[in-house]
Parts: sequence; C-alpha cells; structure tokens
Amino acid sequence: MTQRHLFPPLTLCAEALQCGRGGMALTAPLSLTVESGQCLLLRGPNGTGKTTLLLTLAGIVPPLEGKLAIKGRDEDARVLHYCGHRNAIKPRLTVAENLDFWAEVNGPSGTSVDEALGEVGLGHLAELDAGYLSAGQGRRLALARLLVSQRPLWLLDEPTAALDVEGHALVTRLLDRHLSLGGMAIAATHDAITLPDSDRVRTLFLGVGR
Amino acid sequence: MTAFRALLRRELRLALRGGGDMLTLVLFFVIVGAIVPFAVGPDQELLARIAPGIVWIAAFLAMLLGLDRLFRPDHEDGTMILLRQAELPLSAIVAAKLIVHWLVTALPLIVASPLLAVLLAMEGDALWRTICSLLLGTPALAAFGALGAAVTVSIRRGALISPILLAPLSIPVLIFGTGAVSVGQSGAAMLFLAALSLMAVALAPFAAALAISSAED
Repeated sequence: MTQRHLFPPLTLCAEALQCGRGGMALTAPLSLTVESGQCLLLRGPNGTGKTTLLLTLAGIVPPLEGKLAIKGRDEDARVLHYCGHRNAIKPRLTVAENLDFWAEVNGPSGTSVDEALGEVGLGHLAELDAGYLSAGQGRRLALARLLVSQRPLWLLDEPTAALDVEGHALVTRLLDRHLSLGGMAIAATHDAITLPDSDRVRTLFLGVGR
Repeated sequence: MTAFRALLRRELRLALRGGGDMLTLVLFFVIVGAIVPFAVGPDQELLARIAPGIVWIAAFLAMLLGLDRLFRPDHEDGTMILLRQAELPLSAIVAAKLIVHWLVTALPLIVASPLLAVLLAMEGDALWRTICSLLLGTPALAAFGALGAAVTVSIRRGALISPILLAPLSIPVLIFGTGAVSVGQSGAAMLFLAALSLMAVALAPFAAALAISSAED
C-alpha cells in the first residue's frame, strides 16, 4: 500500500455534544476530535448511545446540545458513509445491481463494482438475487458499498456483526487501508478490532459509571 | 443526473420484478367496477350515468393499495438513511419515486380503463373523456398519496392511517375528475384537474422529503 494520501486533511470536532432519541439524553456531554488517518472505536454496553452517537454524527438525528463540525471539508461535497445495522439490500435485484445502484447514487468515485465485490469475497455471487444472501454475506455487500464511492469519513455501526473470522480480518484490512489513505473512521463495536498500527486507534468507552 | 436515473431504473426494476403487485392493482380496479352493476341492478341508463364516478372511485381505491410500497420497504431496510448521504437531495429522491409510482400504479389502471368502460356500458365518447381525465388527475392522486405515505412511514400500521389523511385532499380530484367525464362542463373540469396535478406534483416531493427526514428521529 502506498502512503499517498487520497483525502484532504479533515478534523471532526464535537464539543460538549449530547445525543439522545426522542428528547431523552442517552450520553453524557462528549467532546471528541478525530483527525485524518485516525480511527475511534466506541465501546460500551447495549443502550449506552453508540448508535445514537453515530446517527448524530451522520446528521440524521439532531444533537440535543453541543456543537459538531467537520473542519476542512468542502461544503458541497458529501463526506461520509454511514453503515448501520440494517444492510439496505434489495431482494429481487442481483448483488451486482444492488452495488451498482449505490455506486451511481453516491458517485462512482472508488473502485469498480466487480473489484469491490471481489475484495469482500462476493465476486462469484455477482449475478445472484441478493435476497438469497446470508446475514454475513449481506454484511459484506454493505461493506462493499464503502469501497465503490470514496468518502473520507466512515461511520460504522457493528461492522463485524454476523461476520466470520475471515470477515473480521476483512474489516480490519479495509479500515487499515482507509486510514492509510488519509481517511477517518468511527466504529461502534463489541468485538475487538486490532489494527496493525495501534497508534491510529483510540477507544471511547460510553456509559461508564452508570 | 446519473443518480436520478439510477434511482428511476432501480425503482422500475423492483416494481417490474415484483410482477404480481401491478396485476393485483389492475384486477382490483376492474373488480371494484365490475361488481357495481350487480349491486345496483342492470339498468343501462343508470349505469352509464354513474359510470364516471365508479371509475374514479375504483382508481382512487386501487391507488391507495399501492401506497404502502412507496417508502415503507426503504424505510424498514435502512435504505432511506443511506439515501440521505446520496449525491442528490431527498426531495429529488422522492420525485423519482413519485414518477415511478405513477408509472406502475396509475398507468396500468388507465390502460385497463376501456375494459371497465365496457362493463359499465359507457359510450365511446365518455370513454375517451375518462381516459383523458384519468391521465390528468392521477398524478395529483399519486402526489397526495406520496405525501400520506411519507407522513405515516414510521407508524407501524401506517397503511391504515394514510387513507384517512388522504381522503380530504383527494376529494377535489374526484369532483373534477368525474366532472371532466360528464358532458357539459368537461373542458373547465379538465383544466382544474390539470392545475391540481401540477400543483400537487410540484409541492409533494418537498413536503414528503420533510416528513421522511423527521420520521428518522
């Protein structure tokens, strides 16, 4: 892997950010910064607001309080990929058609559909109806979506859920490459994700002392 | 523009490969119209007089049936959240879905309406006006329907609630729709119908997009 940085340097800053759903606060006010090339792991028991924090960072749920900014971004460009619990895969479309759709809707700025499918280990299933995919294969297809469109910030919610050992290695590999290209990632996870370069990873424990 | 085309293509593919759905709507439309002569008796004159109303009621009900497919599957499988990070605004996404919704629910009904006209003993002239009025009026029904579907997308039994929301909005369409079929004030009613459709189609994507984005919270 070359050390050429693909993305412009960005900094995600949150100041005294408090997230919640339906008016109820789930997290204590958080302040965090993530810079290009860094990965932040969110850990903590169920119901401590990991998903809500990711949704808030993605701009889908408004924060209850506090400020959130991504410095250095081009205002018009979309900067993030959100990869949630639900894989957003349509049965009745083939695996390749599913991915092709996302490539066109998000801008085909990354690898080609075929390459991305090969990368996540679904190359031989490209023409299969996506409704037949297993949970783990669906997860792999969702991860392939991150590859077909280049965006600097990845927000991953349980990226390794339903994945086998080889799948865990895949997530680690994708994250490592993304970070070395100058991207950044925030991942909520229950499984330990160990990147080769441990300086890049920080961990935030949510729900401590509750 | 590529993103808009990709969305249109995907929606069309999903609708066409779900094949049965479209046929269900058309059958429902024809059956609603076909049972009326049995209920009111075989009086040809009476049938011909109430035929425009029956065609429009059948179209309205059939279009309600298709509404639940518009946003709910995308909301439930997480597609909606991801589409908000897409290269085009949510209102454009709703507009694309609205176009395809009209193509796969209203257009088959219009194609099937001559069959209904025969069952209801309509004259050739009235049939022609019916097709025109359906062409002009169904975009408004589809747009109001999209609005109702968007408002109720996060409610589990939303499919039951949206018709209640839609009924008052759809009444003007039904009034001018049947007016456009009957002899006399046909021209003016057609113009009103077209105006309703233009207005509804222009405004609905923005309103529905707003409803969908607040539904996620």
